Amino acid sequence: MGSVVGKPRRRLVRKLSGHVARILVVLLAGGFLGATLVRLAPGYGTNPEELDSRLSAASIQALRQARGANEGLASFYAHYLERLVRGGLGESQTLNEPVRQLLAERFPETLQSVGLGLALGWMAGLALAMAAVMSRTGIAGVAAGLLASILLCVPAAVLALLFVIVQAPGRLVIGLIVFPNIFHYARNLLARAAAMPHVLTARAKGLGNARVLLRHILPVAAPQLLALAGVSVSMAFAAAIPVEVLCDLPGIGQLAWKAAMGRDLPLLVNLTMIVTLITLVANTVADLVAQPRQAGEA
Amino acid sequence: MKWVRRGAMAFLVAVFAASMLANFIAPASYAYQFRELPDAAPSSQHWLGTDDLGRDRLSRLLYGTRVSLLLAPAAALVSCALAAAIGGAAGFAGGWLESAVMAATDLVLSLPWLFLLITVRAFLPLNVAPIASVAITFALLGCLGWAAAARVVCADARTLKNSEIALLARATGSGGLRLLWRHMVPNLKPVLYAQFWISIPVFILTEANLSILGLGVAEPLPSWGGLLRELEDLTSFSAQPWLFAPLILLVLTVSCFHVVVREEEMWG
Repeated sequence: MGSVVGKPRRRLVRKLSGHVARILVVLLAGGFLGATLVRLAPGYGTNPEELDSRLSAASIQALRQARGANEGLASFYAHYLERLVRGGLGESQTLNEPVRQLLAERFPETLQSVGLGLALGWMAGLALAMAAVMSRTGIAGVAAGLLASILLCVPAAVLALLFVIVQAPGRLVIGLIVFPNIFHYARNLLARAAAMPHVLTARAKGLGNARVLLRHILPVAAPQLLALAGVSVSMAFAAAIPVEVLCDLPGIGQLAWKAAMGRDLPLLVNLTMIVTLITLVANTVADLVAQPRQAGEA
Repeated sequence: MKWVRRGAMAFLVAVFAASMLANFIAPASYAYQFRELPDAAPSSQHWLGTDDLGRDRLSRLLYGTRVSLLLAPAAALVSCALAAAIGGAAGFAGGWLESAVMAATDLVLSLPWLFLLITVRAFLPLNVAPIASVAITFALLGCLGWAAAARVVCADARTLKNSEIALLARATGSGGLRLLWRHMVPNLKPVLYAQFWISIPVFILTEANLSILGLGVAEPLPSWGGLLRELEDLTSFSAQPWLFAPLILLVLTVSCFHVVVREEEMWG
């Protein structure tokens, strides 16, 4: 009995450790790529101080050495990893503040915006997708499809600008970016599930719309919807950049933009790595939750 | 729905033709400044008015359309070529190569698209000539947008490799490069066409986002994103409604691309 119960758990642990190993490898590879780009980027290690004509060549060399400008790629990456293990993310070149502190200050704002955007996008997208699939008249589907198609054609930055003009809360824009993608994918997944023979049999037996949806359609589409949930996190974080910049929300999207405009490469690489880690974890969680459902269906 | 697709195609052809003929039909050059007429409202001379530097908005819209409509397909072509090479080779070879390519694809796809773009864009010099900024923007889109297409191409190449076509080709002595070039590549064309058409609106929208953020096409060269930056100065919708002309054209064009690409190709 114990071994029967233990088997799925062991499988889950194996799967989980596989995912964790994959995330680590991706982060190490991504970190190496980022460190390589920072080290090789044009202008790395240069400083306006060096333009002081009174400085001798030896003094300039000493200044460069102190900043690690002459460091090779391998030692640069090793130092970066060493700092990372100790929890240090370095210092922002443009804002002259530790990256850790900047993140601590700005991350809650982005989490709020992204969380609200995801919640709104999913609620509206899924509700309208369900209405479109279940409605007999088709009007709901056409209207929601039209709205989603129009939103899909408007750049996130323009939506943010329009929200600024009407003085609406900018956070809602992330929801409008997530919504059309969720609606289109969810509608197709639900429509495919609704056309399956067991659903037709359930309808023929006289089951109501709500029961057919909850008991026979949603469980079939659930694994793919969960996978979509993981992907939508990445969408929401990408939308956070223009929204935070144009609506003046002090989150990490705005920070990333400031870092890009000021070519603050260490800050930018750290931000990208952190957002990548979040999206990887979201995808992994979605995958792990979806797996038992898929196995159950099989 | 055939007539809707035909209408969309006709609209795209008309917009493309108008932008290509900008030299002949635009009232002025995109950079020419009517210094006596800054911020002018629409008139018979300037149908969409002039901007704060006195540049004719209609001319800038026509030239900006050309930039977006020429370079987004070019970037889509680059990304599709990369996807074909990377995904096709992985699907055809299988084994560790396919696993490695899929892992790299996962890495690229797990990076939020705009984060990745602004990060890589920031590694390159920001103060560059307008033409260089256009080249950099669309080269980045082409070089970084291959992952999703590569995944689809890889899956198709894997199916093709195990198909009866490949089996028959092998039985008649085709192998290696000949099998790849004569039998695999022609059968991958439909999926590559679909990926090409899907990528164009994505790249148009991304360029618009990047340019509005000041990381795309540099002034004075116009692009849809650059023209949309004017909306930043708007205080109400009714104040200067003609400023929405680039947005309307962009939405219509992207919608037409979506209509041309069949729905099932876009949403699975």
